[in-house]
Amino acid sequence: MSELKTSPETKQSLHDWLVSDAPTSRRQAKLSSYYRAWLTLKSNPMAMFGLAILSGLLFIAAFAPWLAPADPFEQDLAARLLPPGEGGYIFGSDSLGRDILSRLMYGSRITLYIVALVALMAPIVGLFVGTAAGYLGGWVDVVLMRITDIFLAFPRLVLALAFVSALGAGIENAVLAIVLTAWPPYARIARAETLTIRNADFIHAIKLQGAGAMRIITRHIWPLCISSLVIRVTLDMAGIILTAAGLGFLGLGAQPPSPEWGAMISAGRKFILDHWWVVTMPGLAIFTVSLAFNLLGDGLRDVLDPKKNK
Amino acid sequence: MTKELGIEIEKLNVWFGEGDTHVNAVIDASFSVKKGGSFGLVGESGSGKSTVLRAITGLAPDWSGKITVLDEVLGETRTRNFYSKVQMVFQDPYASLHPRQTIDHVLSEALHLHGFSEPDNRIMKVLNDVGLSQGFRFRYPHQLSGGQRQRVAIARALVIEPEILLLDEPTSALDVSVQAEILNLLTDLQAERALTYLMVSHDLAVVGHMCSEIAVMNQGEIVELLDVEDMRALKAIHPYTQQLLDASVQRRRVD
Repeated sequence: MSELKTSPETKQSLHDWLVSDAPTSRRQAKLSSYYRAWLTLKSNPMAMFGLAILSGLLFIAAFAPWLAPADPFEQDLAARLLPPGEGGYIFGSDSLGRDILSRLMYGSRITLYIVALVALMAPIVGLFVGTAAGYLGGWVDVVLMRITDIFLAFPRLVLALAFVSALGAGIENAVLAIVLTAWPPYARIARAETLTIRNADFIHAIKLQGAGAMRIITRHIWPLCISSLVIRVTLDMAGIILTAAGLGFLGLGAQPPSPEWGAMISAGRKFILDHWWVVTMPGLAIFTVSLAFNLLGDGLRDVLDPKKNK
Repeated sequence: MTKELGIEIEKLNVWFGEGDTHVNAVIDASFSVKKGGSFGLVGESGSGKSTVLRAITGLAPDWSGKITVLDEVLGETRTRNFYSKVQMVFQDPYASLHPRQTIDHVLSEALHLHGFSEPDNRIMKVLNDVGLSQGFRFRYPHQLSGGQRQRVAIARALVIEPEILLLDEPTSALDVSVQAEILNLLTDLQAERALTYLMVSHDLAVVGHMCSEIAVMNQGEIVELLDVEDMRALKAIHPYTQQLLDASVQRRRVD
């Protein structure tokens, strides 16, 4: 064992160290499993394409004030509805003479904010409900899953509309409404996964070590449910963006003059026949980001699926 | 020493389901295992032999009768103290290890649950005892072979220093050559640590190698209790046992 390197020196030895069959420390074992996952993801060009778009989005959102050519809120009524390329407006200008490109760049912050909050909250709620129902069974299962069914029975956007109108318009409430409508599918997935795992020998084995239900659920069942949830979340991201945009479009999400993409489409609706770019540019942005999340989700499925990745 | 009993089972009944789906898995089973001895339960698939182990460990919830383990009569639930004395090795080493946990993680968690100090030293020692080098410590189960996995499963059961080991067909999922290795390992460990074994198997050769006393089960009932010399001499009384022995002898001739 002594000839095994415990600290990497060059790039090649770093690679060897990471793919080593006999890791010598907890840290190396952990890093090694991450690195292998990265190698699998890297070999999927479509997933890398999605990841590149999303990294670009992240970069734009982070540096919007420096990247944007103009102030997204500054109006110039003399330069209303200019087509792309004219008067220095690369993506054209909207009905109040604001630069659409700059608005899209600032709008990416709102989109990421909504997506991040929903992606953090909804799966966690679903994970709690689903694994508890699946592992504990009995009346806990019946009660939790009937509640889930009630939420599932409503069309998603309609339920979100009802929540937003009850809570009041605004981005935070839109996020809350989307979370409340998005968690049931995650609970279902988590429960289904738990049911297949709960009678596995390795769960019996840890039970025979004297571990309690809480420990078994959080330490032994969650790690196996998370990968299918992560895949589902990335595939759902597009839907989340669209729901947020839909709420914005209906005037229940972000409020003007906020440059949220759905609200931008909504505001451009009146000019859609004569001035196509006002609606098309934010529409393309939503399309691109949704596509990127979908591609990345497909790639992650290959990496995280424990049945395939033996 | 020989008179003390490790496990004593009287009139054990185990059933699954209720009403129309009611199935009696074990019917009026009684036997006892001496401390430091090894006892084999044999029978065909579905004869209820694994269910006896599950009733002892608390994995089969519906049972009646009296189970006494190390002078303690067992009730509805099992305490952590019980699990510190009685551990089990499962049949399928491919299913009994958590796919996302390293060997180190599995063993440290067992030690943590039972409040052992110096986990590092104990892990290194137990890996050594089951014949795995330290290079295996931080591997995941998918990086191991079936025999190596079963060694890890044995290490997991032994690391908290139990007195009784329940073995549920520990070799039936393994290649013949690896079977012998694991059986020899189990025999050595028993001698070193004065363990009590209760072993379930459908393979008479395995039980004959490991155990001094044998109970034959058929359709949930124990049909005959005999010691290993009688079995080797094919001196069985019950026709089912005779049939089982004949089948085993014939198979060896064909092999």
